[in-house]
Amino acid sequence: MKKVLTITTALTLLASAAHADLTVMSWGGAYGEAQTNAFVKPFMEKTGVKTVMVDSDNPATPIKAMVESGNVTVDVASVEYADAIRLCDEGILEPIDPASLPAGSDGTAAKDDFLKGAVTECGVSTDIWANVFAYDTTKFKGDNAPKTVADFFDLKKFPGKRGLKKGAKAVLELALMADGVPAKDVYTTLSTPEGVDRAFKKLDTIKKDVVWWEAGAQAPQLLADGEVSMTTAYNGRIFAAAINEGKPFAIVWDGQIYENEMFVIPKGAPNMKEAKDFVAFATSTDGLRASAQQISYGPARKSAMLKPLIFKDGKTEMGPHLPTSPDNMKNALETSSTFWVDHDAELNERFQAWLSQ
Amino acid sequence: MAEPLAAAGNAGAAPAPELLTTADGRPLRAALAKAQTRARRRAFLLVVPLLVFVLLTFLVPIGYMLQRSFQHDGFSSAAPALDAWFAANPKFDPANPPEEAYAALVDDLKRMQGDRTTGIAGTRINYTVPGTVSLFKSGARDAETLTPPFKQGLVATNPRWAEPKIWLAMAAASHNTTPEFYYVAADYKLTDNGWERGAPNERIYLYLFAKTFLVSGIITFICLILAFPVAHLLATLPMSRASLLMILVLLPFWTSLLVRTSAWIALLQEQGVVNNMLVKIGLVADGNRLAMMYNMTGTIVAMTHVLLPFMILPLYSVMRTIPVSYTRAARSLGATSWTTFRRVYLPQTLPGIAAGSLLVFILAVGYYITPALVGGADGQLISNLISFHMAKSNWSLAAALAGMLLVAILVLYWIYDKLIGIDRLKLG
Repeated sequence: MKKVLTITTALTLLASAAHADLTVMSWGGAYGEAQTNAFVKPFMEKTGVKTVMVDSDNPATPIKAMVESGNVTVDVASVEYADAIRLCDEGILEPIDPASLPAGSDGTAAKDDFLKGAVTECGVSTDIWANVFAYDTTKFKGDNAPKTVADFFDLKKFPGKRGLKKGAKAVLELALMADGVPAKDVYTTLSTPEGVDRAFKKLDTIKKDVVWWEAGAQAPQLLADGEVSMTTAYNGRIFAAAINEGKPFAIVWDGQIYENEMFVIPKGAPNMKEAKDFVAFATSTDGLRASAQQISYGPARKSAMLKPLIFKDGKTEMGPHLPTSPDNMKNALETSSTFWVDHDAELNERFQAWLSQ
Repeated sequence: MAEPLAAAGNAGAAPAPELLTTADGRPLRAALAKAQTRARRRAFLLVVPLLVFVLLTFLVPIGYMLQRSFQHDGFSSAAPALDAWFAANPKFDPANPPEEAYAALVDDLKRMQGDRTTGIAGTRINYTVPGTVSLFKSGARDAETLTPPFKQGLVATNPRWAEPKIWLAMAAASHNTTPEFYYVAADYKLTDNGWERGAPNERIYLYLFAKTFLVSGIITFICLILAFPVAHLLATLPMSRASLLMILVLLPFWTSLLVRTSAWIALLQEQGVVNNMLVKIGLVADGNRLAMMYNMTGTIVAMTHVLLPFMILPLYSVMRTIPVSYTRAARSLGATSWTTFRRVYLPQTLPGIAAGSLLVFILAVGYYITPALVGGADGQLISNLISFHMAKSNWSLAAALAGMLLVAILVLYWIYDKLIGIDRLKLG
């Protein structure tokens, strides 16, 4: 009996040692697929390290649970910017030395090549994505199409239901911008009780015509089903539906709210060295370009934008579809992670109370 | 009459144990007891795997989560100097803390900067005073350069450091054990004057608790009304046809919850199958389609469908054991069909009704996915907010909310036991 135990223990240990697969956790769907094609497969080919991609609704949640329980099975995770900051503050993440990141393809050092804020203490940006709103082009055509963020709230000129993400983040900002607050003043306004009231007052004007969505895939679905005539959405989801599936969707970039998506490494990751190699590989100029050719989220390195990016279908030019394109940045707001780390719970409580009124 | 009999019984039984022995001469009683102990031990060994499993995967995690609802050492472990000061001055004036308090705070801020615990400590205070994570972060950065008097210096960097509620929050957080998460879960807010009931447009949790219980009650009732005839039919049909019907009940039960919920979305949404049909046959104008999805109606319809088998199965198992002869006897004695049902049949199905209702109600109270997908603005239940706080890493508040839910269910269970009796429960 004792012998059997010893042998099985040894075998288990051996198996776990041999099972040194690098595990990357991302969001699944079109986004997870893009990251698999752009980062995971090429990394495996180049280094021979077996790498697997696993999905999660929001990788920040399982990672925290793993580190707190001391059983970390994920090496690299894709998390929202605010979560990369918050988890880093809480000591959940491994710091990443910016000097370890490769220089740009044009030789610019990494710290100058990355856009401002794209490299934080514990995270490196993989792409820049945006909350935008999109409409059905069969319902609004030509001059009658919505053009500004205020149009989203104009039920007279643009009839039909509106899809909105069920949560305070990005919705309150949208309401303020539609109410005429310039992008640069949005967070100072939202820091005051009057500003919060103003945002909710603006939302009141369309409240009865809103269909609320929660999962990213729901937004294009609502639009495709004809349930709504306009909806806020993650820009990549609308792009995928329009280009891959030929849906009649168009994006309005005015008032877009963008942020970096970050690769982070949880403390105690089983394959720390490979994880760091993977992050450096994925966030190199070529890595970011490969990702931007899979899905319409912008690269966070200047050097990645030097040559035009072509979508994987071989003909669609990515430039106009990226949040980082200059045309799309005319009236754009960067999500303030500091603001949301401070006020997420508070404003969400207020938001839920407002919803149920 | 009774006494002599009892005496006779005693007289006959008393000497017996001394007489009876086993083949090897041991007293029979001892031998029997030993054999029984051995059998019991063996039976216990058989149960051990399940016991360990339940303990490890159920009781320990629940206990651990509940512990989090009143314990949090994020601030106290990061700020030893303030802990000591608060312990020595329990009755300080939060509106005007003295210089030593600020000196301790600056000392701790420096330590936090070195230990990288600013975020943890700030997050803990942020749970009761929103907007303080950034306050602690910038405070910790500035602390290095500060010189006495610290009070003036720190307040100059950010006037919020003089706010009484921040001092109240730090004093409370310097204890590991705190009831604060339960205050928040009961819609109280920390103000400069201590804990006060939140403004009406900020109260949410108690309202959602009430709504969750109301909706669960409605769903349980609808399930009962729908399940009763089906279960009766199942129990009275001949076996061959009953099993066919049973498959129809079980098939949705085996189908993924997500698939069933999405199917309801496809059916009931404004451009969905039902509305399209109503428009086509002219019952509803095209511009006036019924809103049956993304609201309370959608939540109740989808959840009733998902939970219906949990009502049908216990009802069926009870109804199958009720002999037909009882109702026949009642009818032959002159009872009307309604009286027969009310006085004879219904009372016998009570254990099934009770079991099904309890099961459906408890499952409905904790339901999360369906209200999240089809709930819309007014279909939110308390579980959706618990999940929000889990995702946003305020596990303590999530645990406090879950703890309150657990207590409420236990109270209901207790009432149920008093009214109907838990021994009459029949699950299948």
